[in-house]
Amino acid sequence: MLFRTLPAALATLLLGAISLTACDDDDQPATVTTGKLNFELENVVGAQSLAFGTPYATLAGDPFSVTKFSYILSNFKLTKADGSVWAEPESYHLIKQSDAGSRNFTIADIPPGDYTGLTFTIGVDAARNTAGAQTGALAQDNDMYWDWNSGYIFLKLEGTSTQSRTGVFTYHVGGFKDPYNSLRTVALPLPAGVTALQVSTTKTPELHLKADVQRLFAGRYPVRLAQMITTGHGADSSAVKLAINYAAGMFRIDHVHNGD
Amino acid sequence: MLAGLLMAGCHPDADVLTSPEAVPGSVVPANFPPPAYGPEQNPPDRASFELGRSLFYDPLLSRDSTVSCGTCHRQADAFADAGRRLSVGVQGRLGARNAPPLQNLRWRRTLMWDGAVSHIEVLPLAPLSNAQEMGETLPHVLAKLNRHPSYPARFARLYGPGPITSYQLLRTLAQFTAALTSADSRYDHYVRHEAGGTLSSAELRGLTTFRAQCASCHATDLFTDETYRNNGLDGRFPQDSGRAHITGRAAERGLFKVPSLRNVALTAPYMHDGRLQTLAEVLDHYDHGVVASATLDPLLRRPDGHLGLALDARQRTDLLAFLQTLTDDSFLHNPQLAPPR
Ligand code: HEC
Ligand code: HEC
Repeated sequence: MLFRTLPAALATLLLGAISLTACDDDDQPATVTTGKLNFELENVVGAQSLAFGTPYATLAGDPFSVTKFSYILSNFKLTKADGSVWAEPESYHLIKQSDAGSRNFTIADIPPGDYTGLTFTIGVDAARNTAGAQTGALAQDNDMYWDWNSGYIFLKLEGTSTQSRTGVFTYHVGGFKDPYNSLRTVALPLPAGVTALQVSTTKTPELHLKADVQRLFAGRYPVRLAQMITTGHGADSSAVKLAINYAAGMFRIDHVHNGD
Repeated sequence: MLAGLLMAGCHPDADVLTSPEAVPGSVVPANFPPPAYGPEQNPPDRASFELGRSLFYDPLLSRDSTVSCGTCHRQADAFADAGRRLSVGVQGRLGARNAPPLQNLRWRRTLMWDGAVSHIEVLPLAPLSNAQEMGETLPHVLAKLNRHPSYPARFARLYGPGPITSYQLLRTLAQFTAALTSADSRYDHYVRHEAGGTLSSAELRGLTTFRAQCASCHATDLFTDETYRNNGLDGRFPQDSGRAHITGRAAERGLFKVPSLRNVALTAPYMHDGRLQTLAEVLDHYDHGVVASATLDPLLRRPDGHLGLALDARQRTDLLAFLQTLTDDSFLHNPQLAPPR
């Protein structure tokens, strides 16, 4: 049997054409039937905004400052009061503290309606994690990929601390297979007073999410910087502990503008 | 615009004119199971294949431009590094393992001796970034390619204008690595009932012994069942715990990928660390060298309590004869797989 010999250029072109249409939201065609959600992510340490180099302390009192904070959020799902779910296709978003633009993103093509539930996954699902070369948020040169023991790093927190015997700490969380599966899906409740995200063809609600670095260190597995300065170069039990910690409350919706 | 590119796609370029044959590996051998990396996932294409081939043989991909993929994976050795126990990378640095042959990678569900890599397209990231191999980083390799006199134009012909991306580099290298199909040995002709497929009586007896003793692990016409097993080389695994290093499971300590045995006569030394020099030594190992450990494969424990596979002298001679029939000269000498001129 002979392989199909569609030239790679053509395949790429077709894909390109498809994704172009999908991203072309600014030039809305005459009849708009879907809506959008804008996300703004703010990384914080407790009540303070996160800034590289600023001194902070963990809830346990360990001093630290941050030099890198990046994570991948994926598979965004919106639920209506009647239980129906809309899932964003090709839903992968890379957020880097070092790249202000990455902290704002839009989810488009949402069927209009009142959505009462929001869930997403911190990390990259097993299927996409083993699907070879990727583009966009998942491009292998995005500083979120393990070269050997291949797979995505879901979250990176790097910094300095006088508690660390090397002066620095490096937490890389990843792994999607048992026993070291760090994939976590979180459901974020709407803030008090907001009954729904009102997506319509004319109104684009804005969600302000906060990601609290404190929640990596605190939770079911309290982390002291004198004891844990690094995770393995691959999935391991320290990574899973950090994932359990951050899944329990690092992300929250701080406030919502339902658009005017 | 689409029409324009379609036309460009139909215009044969110089490479096609000089080598009119199909892209190597474009045909699924009749005696092979369905591939894991089917051609529809990265359709074989002449210009992409030739670009992948240039990259595979280009030492630019290493930190000091001394080592290419082809340095450790040589066509004459079925893309293994015959004669070297452990691979040698930039500045003569010694790696931890024996460079395996690269063949029939389309059928590999996981790659490397321990299955560390999940997909053929991302495999190059491991040697590129390994300090003992090419000592590079992906962003830096991309920067070098983007500054190169000819690569940007060659990529642009395939992917359109713009800088070369990691996706383009990885997909293109996979065009070459996926093309390394070896299915034209005398054994293949024998099982496919083709001309030239005659095995001597010693080779046939060897095949019978092989099917009885070895094919439970070295299974199918790929000669591997793609599992990880402990074939009894060691009792403890302080240096290299194999599969357990990747999965973290103690029950997988000392397990390594069952390697294919295609072209095995050319890929000495053998095993993940190249510890055995000859095929005769390999057979000695299976006959009386197997060492007990908690993870030793049950197939290598005999009911009478002895370890290994009982192979008498005659069976060993026959097996050695049979293993020679797996040599695929057309693969080893295919000019399309050689370094580009
Ligand atoms: C310094 C020597 C060296 C270089 C350079 C090198 N490799 Fe390898 N290659 C190895 C070794 C050693 C292994 C086995 C590693 C392991 O299993 O841990 C390997 C394994 C592989 C495998 C897995 C084969 C299988 O059956 O699982 C592929 C594919 C491969 N290399 C392709 C490449 C490509 C493509 C390049 C260039 C980007 C490259 N190699 C560069 C030494 C090298
Ligand atoms: C229980 C499964 C099993 C059986 C049975 C088995 N092998 Fe293997 N074989 C392996 C594994 C696993 C390896 C790789 C081990 C390592 O490198 O740590 C291997 C490696 C080899 C190698 C080295 C290949 C290379 O590229 O380095 C040869 C040759 C070989 N086997 C031949 C045979 C022959 C011949 C038989 C039958 C007499 C046989 N094997 C039976 C599992 C098996």
